[in-house]
Amino acid sequence: MSDTHPHTVAFVRETSIPQSSPPTSAAGPVKWMRDNLFATIPNGILTLLAIYVVYLVLSSTLPWIFNGVWDAKNLAECREILQGTSGACFAVLVERWPQLLFGFKYPATEYWRPVLAFVIMLVAIAPVLFFDLPRKLLIVTILFPFVAYWLIWGGTIWIPIFALLGFMAGYVAYSRFVTKSFALGFFGGIGGAVVVWIISGSIVPMLAPEQPYLEAVPSRDLGGYMLNMMLGITCVSLSIPLGIALALGRQSSMPLIKWICVVFIELIRGVPLITLLFVASVMLSYFFPPEQTVDLFIRVVIMITIFSAAYIAEVVRGGLAALPKGQYEAADSLGLDYSQAMRLIILPQALKISIPGIVNIAVGLFKDTTLVSVISMFDIIGMIRGPILASTDWNGVYWELLGFACLVFFVVCYSISQYSQWLERRLATDHR
Amino acid sequence: MSTLSDPPKGTFRLSMLLNDSRYRSMTLQVIAATSLAFAILYLYSNLAANLRAAGLNISFLFLGSPAGYDINQTLIDYTSQSSNLRAAMVGILNTLLVAIMACITATVIGVIAGVLRLSNNWLVRKLMSFYVEIFRNIPVLIWIIIIFTIMTSVMPSPRDYRGETPKASMFLDSAAFTNRGVYVPKPVFQNGFSQNGGEEALADGGRKSRGLAKFAESGALDWIAVIAVLLASWQVTKRVNASAIKKQQETGVRPTTLYTNLAIWILPVVVLLFLLGLTWEYPALKGFNFSGGIKIGGPLIALWIALSVYTGAFIAENVRAGIQAVSKGQTEAAAALGLRSGRVMSLVVLPQALRVIIPPLISQFLNITKNSSLAIAVGYADITATLGGITLNQTGRAIECVLLLMLFYLVISLLISAVMNVYNNSMKLKER
Repeated sequence: MSDTHPHTVAFVRETSIPQSSPPTSAAGPVKWMRDNLFATIPNGILTLLAIYVVYLVLSSTLPWIFNGVWDAKNLAECREILQGTSGACFAVLVERWPQLLFGFKYPATEYWRPVLAFVIMLVAIAPVLFFDLPRKLLIVTILFPFVAYWLIWGGTIWIPIFALLGFMAGYVAYSRFVTKSFALGFFGGIGGAVVVWIISGSIVPMLAPEQPYLEAVPSRDLGGYMLNMMLGITCVSLSIPLGIALALGRQSSMPLIKWICVVFIELIRGVPLITLLFVASVMLSYFFPPEQTVDLFIRVVIMITIFSAAYIAEVVRGGLAALPKGQYEAADSLGLDYSQAMRLIILPQALKISIPGIVNIAVGLFKDTTLVSVISMFDIIGMIRGPILASTDWNGVYWELLGFACLVFFVVCYSISQYSQWLERRLATDHR
Repeated sequence: MSTLSDPPKGTFRLSMLLNDSRYRSMTLQVIAATSLAFAILYLYSNLAANLRAAGLNISFLFLGSPAGYDINQTLIDYTSQSSNLRAAMVGILNTLLVAIMACITATVIGVIAGVLRLSNNWLVRKLMSFYVEIFRNIPVLIWIIIIFTIMTSVMPSPRDYRGETPKASMFLDSAAFTNRGVYVPKPVFQNGFSQNGGEEALADGGRKSRGLAKFAESGALDWIAVIAVLLASWQVTKRVNASAIKKQQETGVRPTTLYTNLAIWILPVVVLLFLLGLTWEYPALKGFNFSGGIKIGGPLIALWIALSVYTGAFIAENVRAGIQAVSKGQTEAAAALGLRSGRVMSLVVLPQALRVIIPPLISQFLNITKNSSLAIAVGYADITATLGGITLNQTGRAIECVLLLMLFYLVISLLISAVMNVYNNSMKLKER
């Protein structure tokens, strides 16, 4: 080829120049930094400011964390080890670990029971959260409340067994009558369960052994993070069905039912949870039969449940309202009755829309369980502010304890919200 | 020919009450009404029996009797001899004070954080989502306690301000941050109404003017005058702007209004303050504590900051969602018109995003008001701590106190949502 223009041009390039990498200012980390950190002068100033803030925070906390003392009997000993250097005193977490988790009254020999209940809970909750798991695991879920009750409270095993029998009787009655009409099945189921429970009320005291296999632990001995978990799980699982029922009631065409639900929801949503907890602690006992004392734990569960049920009802109502009217009409034109239309057509779609809202309420509810410390129940906050900080050993170890409380709540709440995002993606049936 | 849809007459069977859609809703409502009536009757009879057994009755006379306890932070005159009703009023004002302060700061924080979460700056974006996730996933009670602990155990004590080489010094020689609270300078009007008007009214004698004199002495008249002048300035600047817009539409050139407006805003107020003789009363160390100036108690600050940053995280998410709901075409159109990014945000995006942001913002304001009841955890004398706390414990009037407390929050909630709904309606997209 070089002889095509032997005289006209001195040099002709015959091969292409090897591709050189782009200049450092237009690629790689430099480019990224210019685009994302120093795009404009104000932006650059903002970045430097942000770096300074991060530096300030990290430079004071990191040495404190890494210099932490994990092994000491009390604060004085901890300070001795640190000798004036900045450092956390995580020894308090080690020494008071059982108290932070189980409260200060739960018998120390029985700690394995709540731990076992927690492990079973993980198994029981898994098939509800992830529907790819084998459906047989749902048996664990159904049995879990009764097993967990027996494990945590102990006492005679016959109470949970008869409670379970009552539910089974109710289910049998329901499936017998539901073929005729849903309402008949519903009321029949309730009737069946109540009959069994009333009968068992007289049988259980006779069967109760002198020395139960698991030592009975009264409710007031529960405490620590276990109490937060128990309140959170119980109230969430009770308030979702109640909230759905309230939402359906609010949408109902029957004026009386509708107004009962509206008044209930607005009344509950208008007041703070603290006032409802006051109701639970000082007022509710006036409304129970005089000779009967109802456990504070149950009273608190009732109040938190109706509180979050009112909020869930509003979320579900939003979901119901968001469904196009055609869905309701289609269900009607197929000849489905109200309960069938709701169970098969409306609720599956409405609940799918309301998942993010329901999860938000659930996270809020779990965070709100800390409020029980105000009515002197010793949940994790109550433990920290009460017995631990008040003790002479650890008086003044605020940040380690509060940081621990922050951590346990953050881990649970953040994972719940991440799960809800995953679930939303998973359930997305519209192809976009 | 009789139509087929005519109901067969005279064949009414009992089962039709449940199976015939003409009667079913009636049946269900009657069942609901009777069970509701029975439930109320049952609860009421329990209540009556319990009250009889305890020798109590329902009476609100305790509101008139002396409260017998001191409140450290009051907006109105209060002594321990004042009535329980007065204590409740102090509590109500304190609740409103912290709620309004927190609403304002939470909105500011939330809007800034929400806008910055969408910033081009990677670091700022990440920092803001870190802020949002951290604060949303940890209970507000823990935040209140953390900030209260900072206020009480990290801040210097008044003792540290004394001596030749004090450990702490006052901020700009005018504000002191101590573990007993923050002391800031207090504006005093040397020749305002409080000095002259008060004495004149007192000279008049008579019962009627004494209340007026007391009112004038509190300095409220001076502040009303200042606010009136500011309102007048606002009206005048509105006129100026309107005429500027008119001129712009006529001639195409907008006259500079900035300096005129600034003069209208600043000059009259400065003249008025000069006439009233504004001086500042600085806090000074006397004995073991600071005196003079305005004392803002630690609990108030803890509650205020905690509610602001906690709710600010939620508002940031609402603001972000609102901004993202504005279609990208709007931003691009604004950019095509040649607007700079700041003006794109303030003139085009935010006004449209406001429609999406305001409804959740309302519920966040409601949440702040309700969460302010957590004041009881740090000893701030809000309505929950006075009426629902000390008054309840001292008088033992649990039912009355809790009912009044719930009524107050209910009224506040309904008021806020009513006011905000009016605003929401005025902001709504005006369509056909």
